[in-house]
Amino acid sequence: MNPFTFSQADNPQAALAQVAGNASFAGEAVRFIAGGTNLLDLMKEGVMVSGRLVDINRLALDKIENDGEGLRLGALARNADTAYHPLVRERYPLLTAAILAGASPQLRNMASNGGNLLQRTRCFYFYDVGTPCNKREPGSGCSAIGGITKQHAILGASEHCIATHPSDMCVALAALEATVHVESARGKRAIPFSEFHRLPGDAPQYDTVLEADELITHLSLPDAQHYAAHSAYIKVRERLSYAFALVSVAAALDIGADGVIRSARIALGSVAHKPWRKPEAEALLEGQKEDPALFGRVADVLLEGAAGQGHNDFKIGLARKAIVRALQTAVQGTVPNTGEPND
Amino acid sequence: MTAPERYPLTLRINGQQHDMELEAWVTLLDLLRERLDLTGSKKGCDHGQCGACTVLVDGKRINSCMTLAVMQNGREITTIEGLAEGNKLHPMQQAFIDNDAFQCGYCTPGQICSAIGLINEGQAKTVAEVRELMSGNVCRCGAYPGIRKAVCAIAGIDGGDNAERPVVTGTVPA
Repeated sequence: MNPFTFSQADNPQAALAQVAGNASFAGEAVRFIAGGTNLLDLMKEGVMVSGRLVDINRLALDKIENDGEGLRLGALARNADTAYHPLVRERYPLLTAAILAGASPQLRNMASNGGNLLQRTRCFYFYDVGTPCNKREPGSGCSAIGGITKQHAILGASEHCIATHPSDMCVALAALEATVHVESARGKRAIPFSEFHRLPGDAPQYDTVLEADELITHLSLPDAQHYAAHSAYIKVRERLSYAFALVSVAAALDIGADGVIRSARIALGSVAHKPWRKPEAEALLEGQKEDPALFGRVADVLLEGAAGQGHNDFKIGLARKAIVRALQTAVQGTVPNTGEPND
Repeated sequence: MTAPERYPLTLRINGQQHDMELEAWVTLLDLLRERLDLTGSKKGCDHGQCGACTVLVDGKRINSCMTLAVMQNGREITTIEGLAEGNKLHPMQQAFIDNDAFQCGYCTPGQICSAIGLINEGQAKTVAEVRELMSGNVCRCGAYPGIRKAVCAIAGIDGGDNAERPVVTGTVPA
């Protein structure tokens, strides 16, 4: 790690004052640190360099509480505490399942909800400072294109970057239509989840629309109890636990007593620079009953325009099958993802 | 060149208070190993991938390589060195011996701290859940069956000695 200075903030205003005006220290960025599980890793590799770290772990932003019909998740609530929270388990089992599918128990004890949103791609070339990377060093080129592309994007990629977003939690948050609440010395704003992460385009150095002087304070989840009985997070990866997804699918269905699907939400992970949703695919399911052929058509609409990079061509077929399977699984009931073979 | 800035820090480590001044970039693992000579916690990967550095902070298991010591100011840290009471091993340590839960021993301090964290969390109710919730600790000798037995024995979960487990290729639980 590069040498840097350190401070602790006792309240959000003190924290925001430290980053106001996109502050730098010794020519390098001033950044917040919460769990640190990704930032410190990147700093050890020299991928990210910080002039000062502002420890925000003492801020009172770790509550999980009712918010009207929905739920408010503090940005500093830990991933494990969120996944195991009784209100999350009962009302948002999809979120519990997605969080528990990611990382390890130790990392989930450390990682914050806000930090999970801000984690960076695990593209090998982004991590390897010996190779060009437009995300790490804008304008230097993309080493992944034409390189080893097994983990890379099949949707929404650009000629400048084919990285994927690695989060499991964010896939569920996308499906559940969370809102990201942020604050800066300039004021507050609320960002719909679908607009929080961005596609790489010609500026892959920006993973999200969060400004350097903004702090995530909390996430809000709208009421989703009608999805609680039929949700599934299917994660396909190369070992049974503790690995990033090749493809993941969050599916939530609102099914009436007559078996008719009233509404549906589907989000894909590890296929693009952000969790991938397509409302017109979800709309195909409204008013319909379980039907494998229909599920296949839904998958085709979700994957419209998918293109492989060579090594990841398999992801297109894999994603199609995973979508169908997630929908079939969700029809059967809700999967908790606790490690039981029948999950 | 000026001396690097140091930050005051107080930690209780294995029941003993330590007051010190430390550079910001020292990880909790490096503090334990390099400054305090508590070399039980191991630096396997230094990137949060192997679990060999697992310690308990206020009873919760974390990767000590992935946190700055200064971020843990005021916390209670327990490492493998702090588990036994005199010559009396912690029950989890004894269970690892009784169940042949290690070969080379390098991952063992992290495995044992992780297993105690797992028990504290109280989420593992079945053998499958023990396997899943111990997955943050890698053992390259492959002592997993013994580790599973040891953790199940202390967690009071039956069937920990049964290696049978239906694994269906291509299915992915948590």
